[in-house]
Amino acid sequence: MSNFFPRWANWVPLKLLLIAVVLTTVLTGGVWYYFTPKYTRVGYMPDQPVPFSHSIHVEQLGMDCRYCHSFVEVSGHSNVPDTQTCMACHSQIKSTSPKLAAVRASWESGSPVQWVRIHKAPDYVYFNHAVHVNRGVSCFSCHGQINNMTTVWQAEPQSMAWCLECHRAPEKFLRPPSEIYNLNWRPASAAQQLAMGTQFKKEWNINPPLTCGGCHR
Amino acid sequence: MAEDMAHRPPTRRRRTELNFMAEGTAVMDASSAAAKRIERAPLVTNNRSMSWISDRVASCTEQRCPRWWWIMFTCTVSLAVVSGLCLIYLISTGVGVWGLNNPVNWAWGITNFVFWIGIGHAGTLISAILFLARQKWRTSINRAAEAMTLFAVVCAGIFPVVHVGRVWMVWYLAPVPTNMGIWQNFRSPLLWDVFAVSTYFTVSVLFWYTGLIPDLATLRDRATTKIRKFFYGIGALGWRGGNRQWKHYEMAYLILAGLSTPLVLSVHSVVSFDFATSIVPGWHTTIFPPYFVAGAIFGGFAMVLTIMLPARAIFGLHDLITDDHVDKMCKIILLTGSMVGYAYMMEFFIAWYGGNLFEQYAFINRATGPYWWAYWSMIFCNVISPQLFWFRRMRRHVLPVFIVCMFVNTGMWFERFVIIVTSLHRDFLPSSWNMFYPTWVDIWTFTGTFGIFLTLFLVFLRWLPMICIFEVKAVLPEADPHHGDHHATPAIGEGGH
Repeated sequence: MSNFFPRWANWVPLKLLLIAVVLTTVLTGGVWYYFTPKYTRVGYMPDQPVPFSHSIHVEQLGMDCRYCHSFVEVSGHSNVPDTQTCMACHSQIKSTSPKLAAVRASWESGSPVQWVRIHKAPDYVYFNHAVHVNRGVSCFSCHGQINNMTTVWQAEPQSMAWCLECHRAPEKFLRPPSEIYNLNWRPASAAQQLAMGTQFKKEWNINPPLTCGGCHR
Repeated sequence: MAEDMAHRPPTRRRRTELNFMAEGTAVMDASSAAAKRIERAPLVTNNRSMSWISDRVASCTEQRCPRWWWIMFTCTVSLAVVSGLCLIYLISTGVGVWGLNNPVNWAWGITNFVFWIGIGHAGTLISAILFLARQKWRTSINRAAEAMTLFAVVCAGIFPVVHVGRVWMVWYLAPVPTNMGIWQNFRSPLLWDVFAVSTYFTVSVLFWYTGLIPDLATLRDRATTKIRKFFYGIGALGWRGGNRQWKHYEMAYLILAGLSTPLVLSVHSVVSFDFATSIVPGWHTTIFPPYFVAGAIFGGFAMVLTIMLPARAIFGLHDLITDDHVDKMCKIILLTGSMVGYAYMMEFFIAWYGGNLFEQYAFINRATGPYWWAYWSMIFCNVISPQLFWFRRMRRHVLPVFIVCMFVNTGMWFERFVIIVTSLHRDFLPSSWNMFYPTWVDIWTFTGTFGIFLTLFLVFLRWLPMICIFEVKAVLPEADPHHGDHHATPAIGEGGH
């Protein structure tokens, strides 16, 4: 039998094998990273038109979340405060601060401040703030320690897997109604959280939907 | 035939020159005593030599491309393009371009899927089960039948993918970890179907390719042009025909045959679960898995004959694919066709015996309702027409065989149409009852898949050996190590040659 291929062809299968191994690794790595909750926008911290600090307002001044996000308990949508809410204080306090120029401009022109949205549920997801905060889910569970943030950033993945983490086992996250807006509150221990959460779940008859239609209405 | 191997004396193949034309004449003569064995017709007729076999089969790929090939290829490619355009229209517009409506959510799409996937089963049966059962007559038809399996599965695969509507979401069927934190519904037979069909395709490709390697080496060694040397050289994977290579090859082939064997039964059983596990009257039947498997083999053999008879005639391969081969395949069609007919009767019997009014209505509606013509076409094509094969003369003439096979091809498509559409069109709520009418997109997508199927088959005929050269050589009398021995021949008195 004659030689059909040159000598270097002996190494071709090995090289092909090597390429296959590298490709498989890259593909597996890619799937592992991009298809799983590891790929989310955690840490997303855009520049805002006004350098508003949650840390100053909540931690130093002791304001409640609901002073500004006033409809969170009654509405599916948690509102971003309007300029009037800001100006209720800032017409008196720091009324000439250059940092608040955009707020004053909005106050004069009547068009709202263009805040950059950070937490964005897709259109095909139904999310209701009121039902969550009224049934033991704290702001903290989804937004992290926003009370300590100087500039707001996304603290949790907010992927579907992440939602289901709580919907499948709400007892791990439910807290006393009095502590919903206290973002510094922590359960004494995991065991205590579980005992308390299980009790709340039973008493409040909490059955978070696990069917597709629960959120994708 | 199965005991053939166990009782095979070493000189079994030496009497080809007697050339018994058929099994009928080979029946043991009562007067010539028990010492005589039943003589079998030779698997290769006209005492063809090994080199003749290599030449004849390899030359199909080596000769200048015949004109008929180009004419047929142009026709089939055009048909395939029509199917492709219909699919593009479907994907860009939505499944609404098919004639689907509310009770009939599945119609031609799934009918075509089951039709094509069923056809593949004959190839796997020939290549795997007949191999394990030592049915030597499989050797000259298994290559083309396996190729047909692959091409049929390719056609079948199109429909479940496009019927979901948003085709780009099809990857949801793959169990990969995603940020949705959910998995497929593993209790759903539709998911099992995905696994069954993809396993089937993978194993079939491996099995087919493994069997091709020694023949690709033959083509490589015969190659006269650089391009042929290069491509067949790659395909042959360095095959040299050494003793060790043959040893490994035979083990690999045996293992793959073992892996494929359960697939013959499992794939179409799983396909039938798509229906049988639902509660739709007419679908919710335990007889479905065996009934579907029998139907798949039935339809598959008909398709094997449909494409092999013309190929045999065109390439003049009558000495390799003999009338005996056709005869045997006709017998399998008769057997499986009768099994399918039994299943049709049993469905009616159980509907009556089960005492469920809705089930009874579903079957009466099948036979006498608005789709009565589909039902009776199915009965005529699948149950009545193969009964011709009780007659030996019918099995041995190409024309009746071909006509019956065309009836069976039609009938098996109607079977799936009847099961799917007549069960759905009158479902639980009479207020939602509706008729199904196919649109031109339905019709041309399906017609076009024949173009895809035949295009692939024509390419196969042109570039790959359509008959397994080395296996056919192994069933020649000369392949027997004792061929030509003059001693220790207990059989009817004649010498070797």
